[in-house]
Amino acid sequence: MTKQKLVVIGNGMAPGRVLDRLFEAAPGAYDVTIFNAEPRVNYDRIMLSPVLSGEKSFEQIVIHGDGWYIKNGVTLYKGATVTGIDRAARTVTTARGEVASYDKLIVATGSLPIIIPVPGHTLAGVLTYRDLDDVQAMLIAAKSRGKAVVIGGGLLGLEAAVGLKEQGMDVTVLHLMPTLMERQLDTAAGHLLQRAIEERGIRVITKANTKEILGAKRVEAVILEDGTRLHADLVIMAVGIKPNAALGKIAGLEVGRGIKVDAGMATSDPDIYAVGECAEAHGQTFGLVAPLYEMANVIAARLAGDQAAEFTPSATATKLKVTGINLFSAGDFAEAKDREEIVLRDAARGIYKRLVLKDNRLIGAVFYGDTADGAWFFDLIKKGTDVTALRDTLIFGPSFAGGTPLDPTAAVAALPDEAEICGCNGVCKSKITTAITSLSLKSLDDVRAHTKASASCGSCTGLVEQLIKVTLGDAYNPAAVQPMCGCTGLGHDDVRRLIVARSIKTIPDVMQVLEWKTSCGCAKCRPALNYYLLATWPGDYKDDNQSRYINERVHANIQKDGTYSVVPRMWGGMTSVKELRAIADVVEKFNIPAVKCTGGQRIDMLGVKKEDLPAVWSDLNKAGMVSGAAYAKGLRTVKTCVGTDWCRFGTQDSTGLGIKLEKFLWGSWTPAKLKLAVSGCPRNCAEATCKDIGVICVDSGYDIHFGGAAGLDIKGTEVLGHVGTEDEAIEVIAALTQLYREQGRYLERIYKWMKRVGVKTVQQQIMDDVPRRKALYERFVFSQKFSQSDPWAERVKGKDAHEFGALADLTLEAAE
Amino acid sequence: MSKAISKVKLQWVDVGPLDAIPIRGARVVKSAVGCIAVFRTAENQAFALLDKCPHKGGPLSQGIVHDTGVTCPLHNWVINLQTGAALGADEGQTASFNLKIEKGRILLDAAQINSKVAA
Ligand code: SRM
Ligand SMILES: Cc1cc2nc3c(=O)[nH]c(=O)nc-3n(C[C@H](O)[C@H](O)[C@H](O)COP(=O)(O)OP(=O)(O)OC[C@H]3O[C@@H](n4cnc5c(N)ncnc54)[C@H](O)[C@@H]3O)c2cc1C
Ligand code: SF4
Ligand code: FES
Repeated sequence: MTKQKLVVIGNGMAPGRVLDRLFEAAPGAYDVTIFNAEPRVNYDRIMLSPVLSGEKSFEQIVIHGDGWYIKNGVTLYKGATVTGIDRAARTVTTARGEVASYDKLIVATGSLPIIIPVPGHTLAGVLTYRDLDDVQAMLIAAKSRGKAVVIGGGLLGLEAAVGLKEQGMDVTVLHLMPTLMERQLDTAAGHLLQRAIEERGIRVITKANTKEILGAKRVEAVILEDGTRLHADLVIMAVGIKPNAALGKIAGLEVGRGIKVDAGMATSDPDIYAVGECAEAHGQTFGLVAPLYEMANVIAARLAGDQAAEFTPSATATKLKVTGINLFSAGDFAEAKDREEIVLRDAARGIYKRLVLKDNRLIGAVFYGDTADGAWFFDLIKKGTDVTALRDTLIFGPSFAGGTPLDPTAAVAALPDEAEICGCNGVCKSKITTAITSLSLKSLDDVRAHTKASASCGSCTGLVEQLIKVTLGDAYNPAAVQPMCGCTGLGHDDVRRLIVARSIKTIPDVMQVLEWKTSCGCAKCRPALNYYLLATWPGDYKDDNQSRYINERVHANIQKDGTYSVVPRMWGGMTSVKELRAIADVVEKFNIPAVKCTGGQRIDMLGVKKEDLPAVWSDLNKAGMVSGAAYAKGLRTVKTCVGTDWCRFGTQDSTGLGIKLEKFLWGSWTPAKLKLAVSGCPRNCAEATCKDIGVICVDSGYDIHFGGAAGLDIKGTEVLGHVGTEDEAIEVIAALTQLYREQGRYLERIYKWMKRVGVKTVQQQIMDDVPRRKALYERFVFSQKFSQSDPWAERVKGKDAHEFGALADLTLEAAE
Repeated sequence: MSKAISKVKLQWVDVGPLDAIPIRGARVVKSAVGCIAVFRTAENQAFALLDKCPHKGGPLSQGIVHDTGVTCPLHNWVINLQTGAALGADEGQTASFNLKIEKGRILLDAAQINSKVAA
């Protein structure tokens, strides 16, 4: 029997779901070919905003990786735009000339972003927000840290604005209407939202009508109708979408706003289905995934032989995926004569709730600040429940309405079985609870893996966790704190606190007193404990070499072939004839295969044999060089620029200050590596504004920055404060380092610690609270007494000799 | 330079005192099959594995030893010291060697090592 040929045009979220369901219901029934204009696999488009803000990588949002296509025998043409459908011949043709014939065809071409045709809309630097290419273009533009103007204050526009702000841009949002997200929010909630957006340093201009975009080659400015001129290096148009129905039209299918489909999702040609944002069903088009997934289920069922499956659109709910802003809206909340409303405001807690009722039934809801009960209300809307009996207490939510105590899980417990928990994936309550009990699921990850709930946008994670709690009772530990590792249930902060509170001074004692589950820990907790003990009890604690990573154990960096690299300090990036000669001699003498300038302004000798390390160090020591700690969770480099010594723009002795800092800070162990830089003026040639700690010299003194990153994440620094003298700069930096040493979790870089505790808290403790700063400084100075001896020199003298020689050499005996 | 060894007899060879290896540590014995990592656990047990991670050949002797496992220094696979097999979701196994401790000294089975050379 020859298989039916199924061709899919577009590889977005909707057809992705069709295929998932189809392969479940009728495995192997179709030979599937997909054409996708985007040159990539299927991914979770709604998670582009976390990719933009840097919270996720593209790999993390892929829905079907390349392996999925291979496993399911699906042929995917990437970067292939279908340009024609020949319904008589039953073939589709791409722009590149590929032709495929079909028995059944699915059109899933999604939407196109609307572009307002103001003058200048085609300039370079004007982008829309729809796919990964847009995000990548935004991320590149954001590197300039210039100004971005986002046109459109709806869901997409706001997510883009917050993402660009996170990437360090100066962002303005223009919105035509008087309040933000007016299609999903009423005026009151719109204002609350505007305030929250503005609190993040984003400028919002409402009633803003864009007249023109200016620029010679690239965008330079946006002009509003009222004459306002906004400087712009990047303009994002996020003013709406329109169904992409062009292909349907060319093929002669019936088209309204979108490609028209019947309840079975078939177009006017029974062999052609349309799904997703390009489809128009019951006279409506859709722009959120939940209804698209319902459409997908119907097509999959039809293709699998169930001719009864029908699509009926239900109310949709909206959430904004911006961390820290909770808003939820569902149904119809416009004011009208025949409607009543119930409003609750709690200004102190920033909460606003509004319910809209018609004929004693809930038809719309808007929540700002506290959205925990959203699902319960959404369910009332969808079901059209008569709420007369609940009316008086309705607004307080299910826990009150049901008369049960105000337990956070009560709301979830009160939900009916068919209440939808995960809108993105259409997962209802009973599906989750059944999976938990029948498959003995224990954790959020388990539930995600088995039900897909909370696996897309993640905004229902809290609900899913409560559901697990309700189902498992005490057996579920929601792990509000992430345990350090599998050896303990305690988080990093608890362990640190208990080490101090109970005066615990050795690793075995930590494991005993804090009831470790393993006999001697693992490679995750042991290095962390070693650091915590070292930082807590300077001078007292005896470092446990066996709990250190190899690099820190042998004070060199292991390479992929098991050899090591050696990086001596070059204080502040300065070197001398003597040092360079010693390096040259060492390289020659030990046949070191590679010598390289590092990104940290010093020289790396790569490919040194382990047994040669002590001898190499001995020669370097003789020329006055010490370990550069290029391997350490500790002070790495202090980069500098030439400053007033040479540069015509230098305002202070940046090289000198850098050297002083490096000589003061070296040897210190920190939660993760620590890199500094000092630039002589705001031109910033030492790249101080992407370092853990950076100094920008200015005429009046020193601007101290911190919390930058330029590795896995790219982040500009935040300003800690300004000081007038070098001595103050050194004091502030040492105090900051000490605060980080005391609060940072192991392997948490300064920027992550800063994000966790808050820039303001750090500023307050270091800049405002002078006695506290002095105390931190003193503690740092004290701990440095025990850490500033060159580990290389110690090993040249014989310390840890066992590390560098073999236990025995049987090759010699074999030769006898 | 492999000599064909036909006898299957054990041939214990002394490679040094157990104390020469740090507790929860390892050292290397060079041999005709390559480096052999000899581990010493917190419980004073010793194990010998080929010093090559089944993943990408990382030197297991340089890893962190915990219980009867070692975490490879290159990409953190955890290898069982008794069997040489990767634990958890990773798959692969590195060769392990017979070892015994007598009067505080570590003995390796030279016949086994040489047979691997011949193989
Ligand atoms: C040698 C060097 C590359 C070079 O040839 O220039 C280098 C080499 C390594 N880097 Fe780096 N990084 C080097 C400068 C940088 C820089 C640039 C800088 O310091 O200005 C960065 C970005 C700045 C930053 O740290 O934010 C950098 C960000 C990273 C990261 C990402 C860290 C992060 O938290 O985002 C890693 C991975 C990690 O640490 O987990 C890493 C890890 C590594 C490791 C240790 C990878 C490893 O685990 O084996 C490499 C060791 C090679 C070796 O044995 O020497 N390296 N690395 C540079 C040594 C600088 C030095 O003199 O000490
Ligand atoms: C940044 C962002 C955030 C969002 N957030 C949310 C959210 O929080 N919640 C929510 O419910 N929804 C959200 N959405 C909307 C949601 O992503 C869409 O509703 C959904 O992805 C639409 O799926 P689709 O399959 O119809 O179309 P798409 O996912 O757009 O896929 C269409 C695909 O078809 C391809 N294509 C088009 N024409 C052709 C052709 N001629 N030949 C071949 N291929 C073609 C396109 O390249 C595209 O890859 C968001 C959207 C964006 C852009
Ligand atoms: S960028 Fe990657 S490959 Fe290059 S040195 Fe750093 S870690 Fe190694
Ligand atoms: S080589 Fe050991 S984990 Fe990769």
